[in-house]
Amino acid sequence: MAPTPEQRRNPSPGEGAVATDPALPAVAVDDAVLEAEDRKWTPAKIALWAAIALLGGVAWFMLAIARGETVNAIWFVFASVCTYLIGYRFYSKVIERYLTKPDDKRATPAEYKADGKDYVRTDRNVLFGHHFAAIAGAGPLVGPIIAAQMGYLPGTIWIIIGVVLAGAVQDYLVMFFSMRRGGRSLGQMAREELGVVGGTAALVATLLIMVIIVAILALVVVNALGESPWGVFSVGLTIPIALFMGVYLRYLRPGKIMEVSLIGFVLLMAAIIGGGFVAETAWGAELFTLDKVTLAWGLIVYGFIAAILPVWLLLAPRDYLSTFMKIGVIVMLALAIIVVRPEITVPAFSEFAGRDNGPVFSGALFPFLFVTIACGALSGFHALISSGTTPKLVEKERQTRFIGYGGMLMESFVAIMALVAAISIDRGLYFAMNAPAALTGGTVETAATWVNSLGLAGVNITPDFLAQTAANVGEESIISRTGGAPTLAVGLAHIMQQFIGGTAMMSFWYHFAIMFEALFILTAVDAGTRVARFMLQDSVGNFIPKFKEASWRPGAWLCTAIMVGAWGAVLLMGVTDPLGGINTLFPLFGIANQLLAAIALSVCLAIVAKKGTFKYLWIVALPLAFAAVVTITASFQKIFSATPSVGYFANNAAFSKALADGKTEFGSAKSVAAMEAVVRNTGIQGWLSVIFVVLSIIVIATALLATVKAFRTRDAAGRPEGNEDPAVPSKVFAPAGVIPTAAERALLAEWDKVPASQRFERAGHH
Amino acid sequence: MPAPMAVLAKGVRGAARYLGSVMGADAYTRYLEHHQAMGHQSAPLTEREFWRDRTDRQDANPQGRCC
Repeated sequence: MAPTPEQRRNPSPGEGAVATDPALPAVAVDDAVLEAEDRKWTPAKIALWAAIALLGGVAWFMLAIARGETVNAIWFVFASVCTYLIGYRFYSKVIERYLTKPDDKRATPAEYKADGKDYVRTDRNVLFGHHFAAIAGAGPLVGPIIAAQMGYLPGTIWIIIGVVLAGAVQDYLVMFFSMRRGGRSLGQMAREELGVVGGTAALVATLLIMVIIVAILALVVVNALGESPWGVFSVGLTIPIALFMGVYLRYLRPGKIMEVSLIGFVLLMAAIIGGGFVAETAWGAELFTLDKVTLAWGLIVYGFIAAILPVWLLLAPRDYLSTFMKIGVIVMLALAIIVVRPEITVPAFSEFAGRDNGPVFSGALFPFLFVTIACGALSGFHALISSGTTPKLVEKERQTRFIGYGGMLMESFVAIMALVAAISIDRGLYFAMNAPAALTGGTVETAATWVNSLGLAGVNITPDFLAQTAANVGEESIISRTGGAPTLAVGLAHIMQQFIGGTAMMSFWYHFAIMFEALFILTAVDAGTRVARFMLQDSVGNFIPKFKEASWRPGAWLCTAIMVGAWGAVLLMGVTDPLGGINTLFPLFGIANQLLAAIALSVCLAIVAKKGTFKYLWIVALPLAFAAVVTITASFQKIFSATPSVGYFANNAAFSKALADGKTEFGSAKSVAAMEAVVRNTGIQGWLSVIFVVLSIIVIATALLATVKAFRTRDAAGRPEGNEDPAVPSKVFAPAGVIPTAAERALLAEWDKVPASQRFERAGHH
Repeated sequence: MPAPMAVLAKGVRGAARYLGSVMGADAYTRYLEHHQAMGHQSAPLTEREFWRDRTDRQDANPQGRCC
């Protein structure tokens, strides 16, 4: 790699000083060879990339410009995959060349801190799957569906372009910088790079953001299971199934993870099928038909117990089940979409794209579409996974581009497939399912009348159609099933029944989809509560040292109770909200997630600036500026907008005034108690928005200060050294991407000749 | 076994092995390799002890799962 002007002026610490073992073959492909491989354009290579670009271009043309009656789902697949390939091959290499500058001669933490347990060199392809399973969950399956209110095109563009220029950049940079720092967490890096003020603001913001994210994920589950005896039965059974798997792994056959996962999977399928029979019986329907408030309380109690039980009993086995399902479901969804290729009748831009009063979420396209779709395009939560866990397992530095950047592209593809599944259903059905009950009236007749009154082009639904759809998926009603999960489940059932089983199988596929979404979310709720509890314990421990002891039961239980209480309160608020819960809270979820992204990118900005790379700072500054503008604008509108459907405080004032005027019903609140609930909820939501945005502005400001300071002292002798761990020479070699290049294959062959006894240092430490 | 069946079986086995590694089913084997490579004098943990230790350490170091 030719040195850039910055490199010549400011060689980063340790670079060039890594002396590898001369007795072993090379641990890295020579820089000149790498450069030559990159720069050599054979006719076949040129033809391949020209074909990819052409296919992607045609696909984008079909989606964005050609205006037929319908558009085929396959164009979504081509547009996204071709754009990802180009982004991965060209843009991520720019980031590698100018920002991260990985050096395979340096050992990774998995090599120099190897302990066989937390720090383990892991095959790149396995780690890719592992990292993907950790970052992808229910988020990308929900946001794009809610955003489909505005038509398919705004969401599609944001998911695909957003991931290439923002989401994947964040994941890759955070992973790389954490790896260079021995696998430190985002919080620790924020403290080091931004100082006490920025670091503390980042920590508090992270904690609050986790509360909101867990609460809203829980709300999605509650909305999907409310009044659904089938769903409650089969999702409820995942708990005893997981407990059984835990005991099996602990006492019967330790370590037989694949075996127990298969058993668990079979039991899970039995639970779904059994749920259909149970829900038909009188006792089953009575026992398992729960209203949303009961379910929310159940989830809160469950959340507390799950978070204090030992990991082996519930969390670990359910995590295996969840990973198993995740990979299976995604492969299945991709296959089904490619085989069935549904025709999409949803317009590119819907009637609501130009308005700010859509029934599914309120607010104008800018900025609210960009916060509604967080996961899949830019998700700050990933920064918590990309720092800490995965960097401790990376084998070679150059693999982070594949794992970090590539892993996020994969999640984006999941979001695209979820979007396709959701928009393959009838548009009238979509609005009947996703508008709050205050608008649809809750019955098939009122919902059909309301949907037809919207004046949407080509939409004319009948009560019979709505009732028939509910019967097909085995539910009592599908009106106002908000939260995205049920819509995705109907879409998936609609596509899958064309693939396997026909209409008779629709109810199975529907409940299969609800089951895996609930499984992902329950795992995220458990893990989120635990992580948040440890963060709280650690923070309180600064004042009362006893709290830092993780094994001190009273401290652990108290902190768990506080965290569960916090997300539980938000959950109950959402469940009982007369305005429809998810519709008012989901923007807060997206804002929280992207403010976390802004915090993570701020840390990256400060790190890149301190390395002295100013010419390419825009690679970080661009997504940071976008995330900051979007989230701060959205927050300001939520706080200051005079439109009650958008502004929390405007709504608060409207309802307060109605109460003061002695009205007994106002808007969608039909009683004084409901009106008081709206006043309370909008007040809380408003103040939460204020706290988030203030904390984030503090973090971004400290990062900008650190950047300016680094720029001022860029040529000075006293330039800070940076916080990377010292470079340690590597003694192993592995290729960087999925398929080894010619040079990598040659090196691998040399390594194969080395006797096993000489491959590892016989250090004998420990 | 006819050739296509053998290829299929190989593919299924490979996929199962990959899925197993992603979920961490081979963690004990990897630990033993590490233990041997480092030339420890002490005996390695038994399989049962290893898995017990692994989940118990997760109690103190929770790993996030994303949305």
